[in-house]
Amino acid sequence: MPSYLIMNPFGFPILTTTIFLPLVGALVILFLRNDRAIKITAFIASLFALGVSLLLFARFDYSSALFQFGEMTSWIASYNINYILGVDGISVMLVMLTTIISPFAILSTWNAIQIRVKEFMISILIMETAMIGVFCSLDFVLFYFFWEAMLIPMYLLIAVWGGPNKDYASLKFFIYTLSGSVFLLVAIIALYLVNGTFSIPEAMFKGYSFQFQFWIFLAFGIAFAIKVPMFPFHTWLPAAHTEAPTVGSVFLASILLKMGTYGFIRFCLSIVPQASFYFAPLMIILALIGIIYGGLVCLGQTDMKKLVAYSSVAHMGFVILGIFTFSLYGFVGAMLQMLNHGVTTGGLFLLVGMVYERTHSRQIYDNAGLGKITPVYMFFFGLFSVSAFAFPGTNSFVGELYVLIAAFLTNRIVGFFAIIGAVVAAAYMLNLLKKIAWGREDKRDIQDVSLREFIYMLPLAVFVLWVGLFPRPFINVMETTLVNLAMQLEKVSH
Amino acid sequence: MVTQSALPLLPIGIVFITAILIMVNRSNPNIREFWSVLGSMLTFGSVAFMVPTVWHGGTITYTLSTIAPGISLNFRVDALSLIFGFISSFLWIFASFYNIGYMRTLKEHAQSRYYTCFAAAILGAQGVSFSGGLFTLYLFYEVISIFTYPLVGHHQDEEGYAGAKKYIVYLVGTSKGFLLPAVILTYVMTGTLDFADNIQTGIFPRGSSNLWVSITYALFIAGFAKAAIMPLHNWLPSAMVAPTPVSALLHAVAVVKAGVFSISRVMLSTFGTGILQDSGLGLVTAYFVSFTILVGSIVALTKDDLKARLAYSTVSQLSYIILGVALLDNSGIVGGLIHIINHGFSKITLFFCAGAIFVAHNKRKISDMKGIGYAMPFTMGAFALASLSMIGVPPVAGFVTKWYLLNGALEINNIIIVSVLMLSSLLNAGYFVPITITAFFQGKGSKEPWSPRDIKEAPPTMVVPLVITALISLFLGFYPDFFVRLIGNLF
Repeated sequence: MPSYLIMNPFGFPILTTTIFLPLVGALVILFLRNDRAIKITAFIASLFALGVSLLLFARFDYSSALFQFGEMTSWIASYNINYILGVDGISVMLVMLTTIISPFAILSTWNAIQIRVKEFMISILIMETAMIGVFCSLDFVLFYFFWEAMLIPMYLLIAVWGGPNKDYASLKFFIYTLSGSVFLLVAIIALYLVNGTFSIPEAMFKGYSFQFQFWIFLAFGIAFAIKVPMFPFHTWLPAAHTEAPTVGSVFLASILLKMGTYGFIRFCLSIVPQASFYFAPLMIILALIGIIYGGLVCLGQTDMKKLVAYSSVAHMGFVILGIFTFSLYGFVGAMLQMLNHGVTTGGLFLLVGMVYERTHSRQIYDNAGLGKITPVYMFFFGLFSVSAFAFPGTNSFVGELYVLIAAFLTNRIVGFFAIIGAVVAAAYMLNLLKKIAWGREDKRDIQDVSLREFIYMLPLAVFVLWVGLFPRPFINVMETTLVNLAMQLEKVSH
Repeated sequence: MVTQSALPLLPIGIVFITAILIMVNRSNPNIREFWSVLGSMLTFGSVAFMVPTVWHGGTITYTLSTIAPGISLNFRVDALSLIFGFISSFLWIFASFYNIGYMRTLKEHAQSRYYTCFAAAILGAQGVSFSGGLFTLYLFYEVISIFTYPLVGHHQDEEGYAGAKKYIVYLVGTSKGFLLPAVILTYVMTGTLDFADNIQTGIFPRGSSNLWVSITYALFIAGFAKAAIMPLHNWLPSAMVAPTPVSALLHAVAVVKAGVFSISRVMLSTFGTGILQDSGLGLVTAYFVSFTILVGSIVALTKDDLKARLAYSTVSQLSYIILGVALLDNSGIVGGLIHIINHGFSKITLFFCAGAIFVAHNKRKISDMKGIGYAMPFTMGAFALASLSMIGVPPVAGFVTKWYLLNGALEINNIIIVSVLMLSSLLNAGYFVPITITAFFQGKGSKEPWSPRDIKEAPPTMVVPLVITALISLFLGFYPDFFVRLIGNLF
């Protein structure tokens, strides 16, 4: 076992189990015929994955910055490719995010998906396996394998179960992400040629020549910037979001986008630190453009789903801003924003999906004036929309506060520009909230939140307030890893 | 003497539970309003419970959770917090009764939402008053903004939407655009957001960059737009589209006082009198708000709509509080802070009267109120008393304010401030006295057949509270000692 891995304290390979449990569920579904049984099986498989990942969380050693629950098996010996798994403070949070969001996302599809239920659930479960796999892989080839494995089911989700414009949206999504992946592959092979191994931790902080780092950063950067998505690579996102079924949007927003920012923090910062420093001003400017531009575009939206989609561009800008301040505040803020955005925007997409199931429209006007008709729905919508503009007391405020502190510590001008974005966010979210609550006077027959919907919204709502008021337990998990990262970067910068 | 205790959570928790109970019992108006009244009384009781500790020079603090090093969700009870916590919880009791009369007589819609948001706004006010640092303060300050928004737009008509929109744009725009960067700049420069124990020192280290301290300070003043300092005052007159009890409690006490309280808190406990004195920022603030004091009064002179005139009077009077604190001497600070109490009682009386006139006679314009004093002797009597307090006539409460403010201005030998205070008193008289004259001495010019034999007052749940608050204004003019001594514990 290499020195960067800590032995798995459990008697079974826990990360492998977490990753492949959903896939096992998918295999079982292959043999089922009844739609209801398929749905239940998919839900149970994702619940099992959640249960196992909770064990991870329980035994995670906060005081260590190394990769924990390590597993290593030789895979393709001739190229020194290994099956290496392990999680540190950064990835364990993202694994948790994935396993928590997935069962709720599956619950949300109960009535929304009526055709090809079997194929749908199989796609979802393969997605889950791939997403967890990405965050646990410590070998480039394995990472790349999972990274690409996600593409097909996501494409199918949009192309088969999507909205009227699904062909355009799914193709655009596919081409954008695939072209990003090509750059990623080039970077991975270049690193292999230098290092002679595909192990990710062994490639970190090796002091490559600046020129090498420059090109590697560019290749990584394009791949991840498309995934995040950063301005100007963001145009696939609104298209994909609007056409995808609710669960597709939830996975996209909550987890897929995080793979881009995860890539930046895991690969760019620790493998090519000097190039990261060099590109930081550019990245910060692009992040600020994303924050302000994304917000301004939101102001003009009449489609709820598009509004939430564009707000993702702005929110992810805050994450990038946090990462490229290279400070502990920035890292903590970026990580928190990744989780917060996953829950808050995921929650908003679920809510948009709920109302879409009832009114068959995503237009704000068609769904306006719900305050009196569906008060419980309105409560959730209110909570998640104030969270989306970082209202104090909600999760996003804590994340945004950390990022803004980091920004002001780095450069006060940058801070003030980010503040503009925060103001715009308040404007478009409050405007949306007002219209949904009060926009129309007429009485319509719209059902309020059902028990099933309440069950999956409530935990997300609890998370919003929990992180907003008591964020320390979450920060503690990742702090050691992030402190270590900040210190390593500090060393390199001299 | 600092005590660690979770007591400050008590009033906040009680209001929170009250809001939930109101929401749960939304289908039964009697039970719903019972919770509102009971909740207000218990809240006041729990605030009063903390008075003895502070009276004897103690401070209560409590940290609920840590957000980041130096940033926490923490609470603090000292003389300053009790002033605001006391007035907002005490007047909530009167407002709860008054609400019942007003909302039922006018058969307002969406009453459950109204009562829930009302309680939630008080929750914010309690939170602001007992906050122990800028993080907590900011949190509850925003809670007030968001929950008063449905109250301002309560009527859900065009006027209501326009007023509510202006309200939220001003308040959230300034708090996100100015207050948030001010808070972060404070943290970046000092490494903490907690309030200092000592009002002289503040938390800024000696040798902080003067330029950035001034920028941060200016951002704070602009960020707390609830204080309605010109030019960020315009939301307040627009917010008068709200039902009158909202204007009364929230826009005379809870919301606007949250603004001036927050500014006072930041001036005293974040910056400290020392740094404000040395940098001259205190005097700059005093001159700056003097403008609001005078212009607010002049605009009030021109308003015929009673609530609009009261709104501009509020704009003007709020700046007295900041002026007092900005003088940075003991008399000035006492005069400013005690005006939180005095203005609270007097102005809520005036708004209660405006609402009572509207409920009983459907009148809004002062020019339509000729001789109305005959029909509403109690209401207009209370109005006269409270307006004397606003002008600063002895022995009503407002006189105490003016006395201390003048003392404070004379202590620093500032003739400009003295002139501002004198001129503004004249202006106050100029727009308040005519109302009383119209009500009692111009009956002959009226189209309405008012007569003392034909008394038509608003329901007792409205008249009794306003008479009591007027009498308390009078009482506080005779016995101001309690609050003067309480504030004295700050020094």
